[in-house]
This record gives sequence, C-alpha cells and structure tokens, in this order.
Amino acid sequence: MTAIIEVRNLIKRFGHKQVLRKLNFSVQQGEFVALLGSNGAGKTTLLRILSSLSKPNYGEIQIAGYYLPGQSAQVRKKLGVVSHLPLLYGDLSAEENLKFYGRLYGLSNFQNHIEEILQLVGLLKRKKDLVRTFSRGMQQRLAIGRAIIHDPEVLLLDEPHTGLDQDAANMLDTLLQEIASRGRTVVMTSHDFPRVANLATRFDVLYKGKIHASKLAKDLPQHGLLAYYQSIVDEIDSEGGNQGAA
Amino acid sequence: MKLIQKGGIKVQPKTSFFKAMFAVVWKDLIAELRGKELISAMLVFALLVIFIFNFALELDPKTRSALTAGILWVTIIFAGNLGLNRSMAVEKDRGCLDGLLLAPVDRTAIYFGKSIANWIFMLIVAMIVLPIYSILYNTNIISPALLLVILLGSEGYVAIGTLLASMAVQARTRDILLPILLFPVILPVLIASVKASSGILSGFPFSDLQTWFNLLIVYDIIFTSVAFMVFDSVVEE
Repeated sequence: MTAIIEVRNLIKRFGHKQVLRKLNFSVQQGEFVALLGSNGAGKTTLLRILSSLSKPNYGEIQIAGYYLPGQSAQVRKKLGVVSHLPLLYGDLSAEENLKFYGRLYGLSNFQNHIEEILQLVGLLKRKKDLVRTFSRGMQQRLAIGRAIIHDPEVLLLDEPHTGLDQDAANMLDTLLQEIASRGRTVVMTSHDFPRVANLATRFDVLYKGKIHASKLAKDLPQHGLLAYYQSIVDEIDSEGGNQGAA
Repeated sequence: MKLIQKGGIKVQPKTSFFKAMFAVVWKDLIAELRGKELISAMLVFALLVIFIFNFALELDPKTRSALTAGILWVTIIFAGNLGLNRSMAVEKDRGCLDGLLLAPVDRTAIYFGKSIANWIFMLIVAMIVLPIYSILYNTNIISPALLLVILLGSEGYVAIGTLLASMAVQARTRDILLPILLFPVILPVLIASVKASSGILSGFPFSDLQTWFNLLIVYDIIFTSVAFMVFDSVVEE
C-alpha cells in the first residue's frame, strides 16, 4: 500500500496560539480514516490545510504525489471537500450547481455525468429545483455530489453529519460507504462516535494539535470506540499532555 | 476503480482561466436573475437618492445642471457599495467562497469573474438611473461620452471594490468596513469621473477633458493590476 496523504512535522499558528504542533499523519490509498478529537483539537485546521484553504507555518505535506502549498492547484484537482456548510448556491438548481462546479474543475461533455452524480446522491428527480428549497439532508447529499464531480482520489469531510436528522445522516452514511467501496480514500472528522464506528477503517485521535493514537477498526472491540478515545485522552492528560503540548 | 464510468467525461489537465472566469460570471448572473437581491437593492437605493435630491434641492435649472454630475456619481458609487458588499457576502455566508477557492484554477480567474459580474450589475443600474434622472431633472444627460465615463469610472470602482470586498467579508463588521476601506482609495477615480461628467454635461470639448479621461484609464489599469497581483494573498488564510 502507498501513502496518498503524508504529513510531517506540521505546525500551524493563529497569532500566538499554536493549533497544530509538529503533527505527523499518514493515510494509505483506499483507507477511510476518522479523525476524532474534542473542539479545538485542530481537526478542522488540519483538513483546511490539506485542502489548501489554509497555509501551514511549517511542515511537509504530500498528497497524491504533489506537495503543498507549492503545487496546490494540482492537489486541489485530486481532492473533494465536504464541510458542515454545503458550499452550494441557493438560487441555482441542483443541476446548475453541479454544472458550475464542473466548469470550475475543467470538465467537458459532462451533462450525462451530472445525471449520474445526481442519481448517486438520490436527487435526480429534483435536479431542476432550486437548492434553497432543499432540506439540510438533501443539501448535504448534493454537497457530496459537488465534491465528487471531478472524481477525486481523496475525499475530505469535516463533520458532515452536523445538523442532519437520523434519516438524513443514515442516507449520508450509505453514500459515503458507496464512495469508499469504490476505492476512494476518505478522511473524516466527526464527534458522532457511533456513526463513524460503522464507517471508518481506521481511527486517529487528534488531541491538542497532535495525533496521539491510531487504531484499525478491526482491532477495536465492538461499541468500544468511545471507551478507546476516552482512554487515550485520559492517558495523555495523566502523562502531563497539557504541559507537554503547551 | 473509477467512480466516473460513463458519459465520455474529460477532466482537463488544467482548468482554462477564461472558462473558470466565465463560469463565475454565468453563476452570478443566473443567481441574480433568480434572486434579484443585488440589483433590486442597488436600484431602490439609487432611485431614492435621486428622488430625495430632486425634492430637497429646489434649484434653478443652471445650478441644477452644475450639480448633476455630483449627484449622479454619489448615486452610482453608494449603490455600487451595496452591490459589492452583497456580492461577496453571498459567497461567504454559505461557505461558497471556500468552494470557489477549492477549484483547481488560478484564483485571479475567480476575482475577474466576480469583478465582471459586479461591473455588469453596476452598469445595469446606471442604465436605468440615467433616463429616470433625465426625466426628473428635466435635462437630457444621456450621451455617448457620459456613457464612456460611466464605463471607465465603474470599472475602476469594481476593480478595487471587489478586491476590498473580498478582504472586508472576512470581518464581522464587513458592512461598515468596506466603505471605510474603499472610499479613500477610490477618490481619484471618483474625482476624475465627476470632473469628466461635469465637463461633458457643460458641453466642454473633449480636449479639455482629456486629462480626466487619462486619469480614469490609468487608475483603471493600476487598480486592476494591483487586484490581479494580490487577490490570491487576500483570500489566503
């Protein structure tokens, strides 16, 4: 297996606050990695740096063979990004939104492809409807469609379940499983432990700007993700993780 | 395994600058056609200003004529400020600015796309305001030379205005921040536009106004070039 994402000694500061502290992170092709951590741990910052929306202060980042920030345009071509905001235009229809992003990604002859994507996310019948008339769950599914329109090798998801009801979250999970089953690499942050426990193949604990532990799903006892996470956090705190991190 | 299997889709090695730019223009025009948020706000504001000036300044025709250029540009500039603020706020509020920045394209294509769309909106408002102004103030102000001044003046305004709106939209106080940043910077363009418009409406020959036209063209080039160079840094986190 080859690493599709390789991060070494990543440091990110906002003013005097150091959010990422010499973080090391590696993802193999085809893995579904869940980044677990409390608010302020640095999950979103890490994903924003990986997606080239934010520049690191220090560190090496390689994604799909390209380096950040120097080759950010090439990296962006390999990435699909979904955040808790849909990044969609309410006054455009579902089809028009995908058409717009398709053009931005340099796609051509993609009308059939848009229909395939809409079919995949279950919105083909609503393709002519304005996005502002969609429910939160439908918008999030369309956001996934937007993120995969250029067939990216890596999908980055920042708390995609935020604000979704049970049904919508279940539909989103089915969609993510479908994408992962097609060999795509997925990195997702979430606070929803039961949900990610059923999705991810690996769990990394990000705490105070560092990846402190990593566990494969097959090595995790059933319903044990929260206990595993809590044990890691307790261990770091008892070892003086606070002091060390500061 | 390829997620995309059918449809003969082609992913270009690099998105064309112009394709991306026109995609942004197309998106803004379609969205505005549906929502009508931007132009309607600009137009209502512009018409209110003209009405207020018309009834507040009960002047003789000669004085009124002398004030026309000033009133016209105050109207255009303040209405334009509303449009610039709204244009970037739409991108920021739903996270769409991130969506644009994630595209594998030269980010200045996004800037030019937004600028061109803003320019079109400003010109549409100006084209509606001019005949209404002519009727209300009983003076024909529509002339090719004046249209050229509006074209040049509004280009300089949106060139730097779109850049500053991209900066201001990151702040909580974006609504008040944009005019504070923009108006001092835009002063040379505003002065040149008012002077050139005033000269045209007073019937001065073009040779007398050439200095103001030159100033407008120079500032348009400077503002556009500066925005082209720094936009990537402005939107960078």
